[in-house]
Amino acid sequence: MGIEGIGARVVRKEDKRFITGGGRYVDDMVVPGMKHAAFVRSPYAHAEIENIDLTKAKGMPGVIGILTGKELKADGIGNLICGWMIHSKDGTPMKMGAWSPLAIDKVRYVGDAVLIVVADTKGQARDAAEAVEITYKELDAVTEAVDALKPGAPQVHAESDDNLIFDWEIGDGPATDAAIAKAAHVTKVKIHNNRLVPNAMEPRAALGQYDKAEDHYTCWTTSQNPHVARLVMSAFYNVAPENKLRVIAPDVGGGFGSKIYIYPEEIVCLWASKKTGVPVKWVADRTESFLTDAHGRDHVSEVQMAFDADNRIIGLKVDTIANLGAYMSLFSSAVPTYLYATLLSGQYAIPAIHGNVRTVYTNTAPVDAYRGAGRPEATYLLERTMEIAARELGVSPAELRRKNFVTSFPHQTPVIMCYDAGDYGASLDAAMAASDYAGFERRRAEAKARGKLRGIGMSCYIEACGIAPSQAVGSLGAGVGLWESAEVRVNAVGTIEVLTGSHSHGQGHETTFAQLVSDRFGLPMEQVSIIHGDTDKVQMGMGTYGSRSGAVGMSAIVKALDKVEAKAKKIAAHMLEADESDIVIEDGALKVAGTDKTIPWFQLALAAYTAHNLPQGMEPGLKEGAFYDPSNFTFPAGCYICEVEIDPDTGKTAIVQFVAADDFGNIINPMIVEGQVHGGLAQGIGQALLEGTSYDAASGQLVTASYMDYTMPRADDLPSFVVSTTVTPCPGNPLGIKGCGEAGAIGSPPAVMNAITDALGHEDITMPATPHKVWAAAMKH
Amino acid sequence: MYSVNYHRANSVDDAAKMAEAGDAKFLSGGMTLIPAMKTRLAAPSDLIDLTHISELKGITISGRTVTIGAGTIHYDVATHTDLKALCPALCHLASHIGDPAVRHRGTIGGSVANNDPAADYPSALLAMGATIITNQREIAAEDFFTGLFETALEEGEIVTAVTFEVPEKSGYAKFPNPASRYAMTGVFVAKGKDGVRVAVTGAGDNGVFRSEPLETALATSFDAKALEGLSVPSDNLMGDLHASPEYRANLIVVMAKRAVLAANG
Repeated sequence: MGIEGIGARVVRKEDKRFITGGGRYVDDMVVPGMKHAAFVRSPYAHAEIENIDLTKAKGMPGVIGILTGKELKADGIGNLICGWMIHSKDGTPMKMGAWSPLAIDKVRYVGDAVLIVVADTKGQARDAAEAVEITYKELDAVTEAVDALKPGAPQVHAESDDNLIFDWEIGDGPATDAAIAKAAHVTKVKIHNNRLVPNAMEPRAALGQYDKAEDHYTCWTTSQNPHVARLVMSAFYNVAPENKLRVIAPDVGGGFGSKIYIYPEEIVCLWASKKTGVPVKWVADRTESFLTDAHGRDHVSEVQMAFDADNRIIGLKVDTIANLGAYMSLFSSAVPTYLYATLLSGQYAIPAIHGNVRTVYTNTAPVDAYRGAGRPEATYLLERTMEIAARELGVSPAELRRKNFVTSFPHQTPVIMCYDAGDYGASLDAAMAASDYAGFERRRAEAKARGKLRGIGMSCYIEACGIAPSQAVGSLGAGVGLWESAEVRVNAVGTIEVLTGSHSHGQGHETTFAQLVSDRFGLPMEQVSIIHGDTDKVQMGMGTYGSRSGAVGMSAIVKALDKVEAKAKKIAAHMLEADESDIVIEDGALKVAGTDKTIPWFQLALAAYTAHNLPQGMEPGLKEGAFYDPSNFTFPAGCYICEVEIDPDTGKTAIVQFVAADDFGNIINPMIVEGQVHGGLAQGIGQALLEGTSYDAASGQLVTASYMDYTMPRADDLPSFVVSTTVTPCPGNPLGIKGCGEAGAIGSPPAVMNAITDALGHEDITMPATPHKVWAAAMKH
Repeated sequence: MYSVNYHRANSVDDAAKMAEAGDAKFLSGGMTLIPAMKTRLAAPSDLIDLTHISELKGITISGRTVTIGAGTIHYDVATHTDLKALCPALCHLASHIGDPAVRHRGTIGGSVANNDPAADYPSALLAMGATIITNQREIAAEDFFTGLFETALEEGEIVTAVTFEVPEKSGYAKFPNPASRYAMTGVFVAKGKDGVRVAVTGAGDNGVFRSEPLETALATSFDAKALEGLSVPSDNLMGDLHASPEYRANLIVVMAKRAVLAANG
């Protein structure tokens, strides 16, 4: 390892421009003749559109055009779709309700887009939007999934008469029931996983530009996967053929999943640009972000965990209802199924598992993947249940887990996943040591003397990253493959450009990916540039989500680097009159091992491009591409221990210690990994303590639609984290890496809630554990 | 934001004249007004900026009488050395309003005139029996704060200063709303020559108010122990997503204890 190579704490190359205002986001983009859009959105959760009167609005100053869903449909723009087909257990396909980018007859949640107004300025667009007169016939609304399933509930879509989208199952029902029937102990738990608003720092934005001369569209958008956006807009929404549509996702200020999906606004801005003849820019304000960014989680589950007399888990039965909101977002069906229930075995050897998942329409914002996507739901459910089981059985939560750990690999679970490598005991030991778990009771007593309730809780999570083997996901219903691509271009004087299909929206790819190249050829990082986010520059790629950029994206780069290295060695062997197998690359030069014969890297590159002296028959140039399709998911795992102190007078919970011991496999840049863990923990602790999304049940209005009511974690809500890693390299990819982007958000909520319930002495509290709820819970028992 | 005419006033008289035309609003920091305008919830035709009027700024202390110009920012109240020596509770309160950006923009006059039911200053002024001075008259705090975002101010009337006699002892404790960090319940206690006064902000459904049961208990003994086991009624308290009236009733007593502890040093 060099100072800039794999394993080095290289400071992020991209941060200088981000923290000095030099980043270039969609809202920074200005093109000649550009105008501004505002969307007219539904003020009702559920209503029929009876009449739209544009007379007054069209006369407002600066108005260029006001366009409706009917016009959009007439121009052949397609409905938004969910790209992952799930079948109910009776074999019927999921019931996908039509989602027009602009609502035509009916609106289904507060914020549903109805019209686009294009005007000279943003202010004029908004003024005109307010002048649009729409007559609605308000309908009853339903916001909770459990209520939506009740007979007589308001029907959200014609395609599903009972709001049920699908009723899906995984695992072995009879075997699990049999295990429960013969169990020595069954722990039964009801689990609520609260709904979250993603809150990326940069709101969503789109700039659509139609070039009449070329009959070509360009879309600048806040996307985590510009090629997927192009594919979907082209193949399904009929915006334009792929060769006539360029999608650029420049600097993007955070996504957390919410910028995976293709939303109505980018489609409509592109279409509106052609209709109005001007480039059209839209930038969400924070209220629009709250209302319309795809939300996360929102599960209600019932769990039964069966133990034998020796406290070994013999069966797990889970019944989940998942709220998918008013429309099926792009990957919404996969999140509560294959990204969730396939991890119900956790870190444990469980012989029989049965999971049943019902997904439901409600009059709320669409729900899709949010940092962790299904794995936080599985982890919260399992790790709360394990802690409760230990309390019921009167055994140590740590030892109950340890007894049930998977210890030999590969391990095939009853729910599809096959774990390739891990050492769960090592993470548990590391976390217990770092947290002085053994000394807790002394600290509890000390806190009690001060009138405080102290509690400790742990969580042993496993998750699946590096999504995913294309054939496997295809067989499970995915509409796309989940490989990744890379191209390594060595320039004539040896500098290198890496074109990656991954997309960086805060992850630090410009640094870690450059470290990889620097490490391989012994070149300074300044000589390596990472290019991403533009479909005209970069070959087809699948983007960044599910902690896949390291395990899948970098693996593609490794494959391309292998090809570059092989060719470079051939050229060097020819020039140095040596055998190819004797050539080594180190310190920026190709050398004949054991001799002083050497060619500097830049000379080798120049030789490849002058082509004056190449091996017989070799093509000039030094540029290679590769596609990498993973053979399996990767399985990061770890143990988190949280210690809290509750002020029973106010219900305020202070996290006095948080220990994270993770196994991410090999690590490229420990500083960036720690940053990812810190950020994930902030979001996970946010979910546990602070963040709750609330719709008014009667009206369907989003009550938490601003930071006055939606509690984002702040620095002073969080402790200094104690983080460490243990390493079992991932056997499935060339770098042995697993992924670290979501672990913090996945593992932390149950650790926090286990600590709070330990302090309270009972389980009767849900997330977010706000001061009000904790105070009430402390009073109750 | 809707388009708006901006006027910079150089004197109070100037500002009062400017306010005669249109649907004007005074701007004295804009910590509430500007966000409301940005989200199009407020739409004045004219903004009259008071923050450049030098006669509205500054803190003067004469004996135990303190006068704070309406245009004085929270940071200047929080860090005023002489005021800190005399009335640390008020400096403490000011140092916990919003965040550093708010404390360097927001003013005491703006806060008082806005009378947000969760603002901090109204509790201090009510508990200390302060007087609010305007360009037209002097109004006792008791009469000034009349309801949610409601005050005794007439159309075009401008708060120029607040003045009070520093009580023998005073203390402030608040429990912030987890999301907004405004006071979900804030209690200011003051022990002065007219007895003990306890004012509660953030909790009342009609804005800041004095708590009679707490004042009675503390009049007997100005000690946190005097509040042990005491409860206050939850009638007329706010209930919302973050706190029920019952929880706020609890917080009133808890914060009052903490305020008394702070007052007694």
